[in-house]
Amino acid sequence: MKMDMSQYLDVFLEESKEHLENLNQKLLELEKNPDDGSSLNEIFRSAHTLKGMSSTMGFEDLADLTHHMEDILSDLKEGLLTASPYVVDALFKSFDRIQSIVENIENGHGGESDNRDLIEVLDSIKSGLGAQEAAAVAEQQLVLDSPLLQEAVSSSINGIEINEYEYSILQVAENSGMKIYALKIEIDRDCLMKSVRAYMVFRTLEEEGEVVKSVPSAQDIDDGKFDGTFTVLLVAKNGLDDTIKRLNNISEVSVASCDVIALTQLAPRETSAAKTEPENPVLDQDAKDGKRGAKIKQTVRVDIERLDNLMNLVGELVMHKGRLEQIAANRKIVELNEAMEQIDRISTDLQSVVMKVRMVPVEQVFNRFPRMVRDLSKELNKEIDFIIEGKETELDRTVIDEIGDPLIHLLRNAIDHGIEPTPERLVKGKPAKGTVLLRARHEGNNVYIEVEDDGGGINTERVLQKAVEKGLIDAKQAETLGWDDTISLLFYPGFSTASTVTDVSGRGVGLDVVKSKIEALSGEIFVEARPGLGTRFRIKLPLTLAIIQALMIAVQNEVYAIPLSSVDETTMISSHEIKMMQKQEVIQLRGTVLPLYRLTGLLGLPDLEQENESMYVVVVRKGDRQIGLVVDTLIGQQEIVIKSLGRLFLGIPGIAGAIVAGDGNVRLILDISTLF
Amino acid sequence: MENIESTPIESSYDASRDIQVVAFKLGKEEYAVDILHVQEINRLLNITRVPRTERYIEGVVNLRGNIVPIINLHIKYSIQSAGDEEDKRIIVFQIDDLKVGIIVDEVSEVINIKSKDIEETGRVYESASSEHIKGVAKVDNRLMILLDLNKIFD
Repeated sequence: MKMDMSQYLDVFLEESKEHLENLNQKLLELEKNPDDGSSLNEIFRSAHTLKGMSSTMGFEDLADLTHHMEDILSDLKEGLLTASPYVVDALFKSFDRIQSIVENIENGHGGESDNRDLIEVLDSIKSGLGAQEAAAVAEQQLVLDSPLLQEAVSSSINGIEINEYEYSILQVAENSGMKIYALKIEIDRDCLMKSVRAYMVFRTLEEEGEVVKSVPSAQDIDDGKFDGTFTVLLVAKNGLDDTIKRLNNISEVSVASCDVIALTQLAPRETSAAKTEPENPVLDQDAKDGKRGAKIKQTVRVDIERLDNLMNLVGELVMHKGRLEQIAANRKIVELNEAMEQIDRISTDLQSVVMKVRMVPVEQVFNRFPRMVRDLSKELNKEIDFIIEGKETELDRTVIDEIGDPLIHLLRNAIDHGIEPTPERLVKGKPAKGTVLLRARHEGNNVYIEVEDDGGGINTERVLQKAVEKGLIDAKQAETLGWDDTISLLFYPGFSTASTVTDVSGRGVGLDVVKSKIEALSGEIFVEARPGLGTRFRIKLPLTLAIIQALMIAVQNEVYAIPLSSVDETTMISSHEIKMMQKQEVIQLRGTVLPLYRLTGLLGLPDLEQENESMYVVVVRKGDRQIGLVVDTLIGQQEIVIKSLGRLFLGIPGIAGAIVAGDGNVRLILDISTLF
Repeated sequence: MENIESTPIESSYDASRDIQVVAFKLGKEEYAVDILHVQEINRLLNITRVPRTERYIEGVVNLRGNIVPIINLHIKYSIQSAGDEEDKRIIVFQIDDLKVGIIVDEVSEVINIKSKDIEETGRVYESASSEHIKGVAKVDNRLMILLDLNKIFD
């Protein structure tokens, strides 16, 4: 049996992870929106699938736990239970347990797990249904918009679902003081011309107000496609007593029920988020995204290794194309040139297609965060409004894989150090709830990811003080350090300003790790901070790491590639333009002073005796600084396929990777951000 | 499933069997490595220097699209290079997922060594540091130093 199932294990693991992610996400939504039926349905479905899969695979403990979870979920679904924080917490804990079981299975440790503790909790929730929940319901009866109560009302209006357009009409009507009525009309079963009666009903109703919606639709009623009863939503200024009498006077027609309903009781799926949390547009966005994602697209699951292979092949094609181009240029063969142009076009297209295939929405990473932020804010006792924007932004898979940890770190920083404790916020006149914003967006060939909080900003004095304490700088330096330099202290290894060491941060793994990780992805990180108002970390990442445009240069007889994204311009200077400033060679370039570095020295090449009268300078950008690099020869611009140098060469400062050039030689790519 | 896994290579030295080795020269000394680790032997290719690395790292070469680092054991063990420039070769090893090459002065041959002819290393050798050595093999009248590649490239 075990042998039979093992081949499905991969599928099982993959799918369970997907279901778990989905569960976490939807439960978060449910927590914010306890009457969100669609989230609940999805949770139920995912849990059910999980149960089925795990028992098929023979993971009984897992199946058992999910089974108990499912009991609670079905009670929630039927309205017997409310999604109280206690229940939600218990569910979250169960998800965590499932996750660790799945991870154990993945690591080959089998799926055994003692879940009695959790099952007890889950059972107590279920068995406590009678007494506990009754009390809870009684309590909630005071609060009018209790989810349970709403459920009751909305079912009495026969589950009329309205769309956004209808909702907006109702909203306008309610705002202008009109009332919304749900009328259930019954037409005698024996009536021969039901649609005529219905028409009369509509006529009468329209004298009094406006029919916004009818179930079944007016068209179906016209066509006689209804069983004799229908429900209408009517907005009207005055009471309906008169109208009801007139309706009852129509022969064979009777009004079964007439309820005044509040707009909040109508929970149309499409607008539930907008309605219940109108102050939170992002949530609305998320809800819509979720809906869009639910549409069935035809997709194929592909092993990522195959995609990597494909990418390698395309890379090789591009490489050899470069070689052919070289031959064509050397031999000056016109026909070959023409053919090359075609191949060039096709390979460019091919490349962009493969590139697109590898692109993954940042959603994959971002979806892990709401849960983390929730847990963290509970742990630290801070109220956090966590907003995610632009999670559809796409990035290369290799980048996606790496970006999670730095982001977790920044988010934790924002919540732990950034957002002040609630009392402090209130004193400062800020809303008690802190806001943490995670935003991704495209800009040119880069993707920016920002982590922003409305906390206390960065206390530069504390930073300096800490830096002096840790011996990073001395007290004298501290006095003269500018803002930029002070901030850059944050990225020094082992720096942490948290006054108390918490479980969350301050374990010595600091922003320096974040920075090096981002630099390893050819990215950059910037900090903006406004004292008392908040901090923003901006991460700039290249769209892809695989194929880039580069400037090829040479020093002595070594050829190097500089990513074009770091090159601002190239220029030629004569040696007498070079001045010395504080032991640093500089030149003036259109009025600005540019520090000059010799690539020969940086790369450990011997200095040559004689110096040329004129020399080439590549102006590169490091962060927001410009630097001039003195090179011997400019070779030209070229499309390069980045290859890793392998693990023996990990983390050489200044070297980002290697390429195989058209002539078959290996050339190194300079990493400007770590070269100096 | 679709990948044909390469045969797992026994990394620990198994005394109970005979081994086949590739013998080569570094300076005047003769060395040998387990043939199972050897992927290929090449003439000297164009080696690209990698700046800011240890001196014994000669650089990288392009091996059919793969970038392979080349180690210079002469420098690592301070051995004077000897022999003809023409005879120099690059031996490329595959150790787990790592591909790496070394420069040797001459590749002599592929030979079988009986396990009884291998003497465990107790004493310290001047050249290669002793922890990089699995043992010394006596073949006819020659002495061959058996290198432990796993340790060298650790």
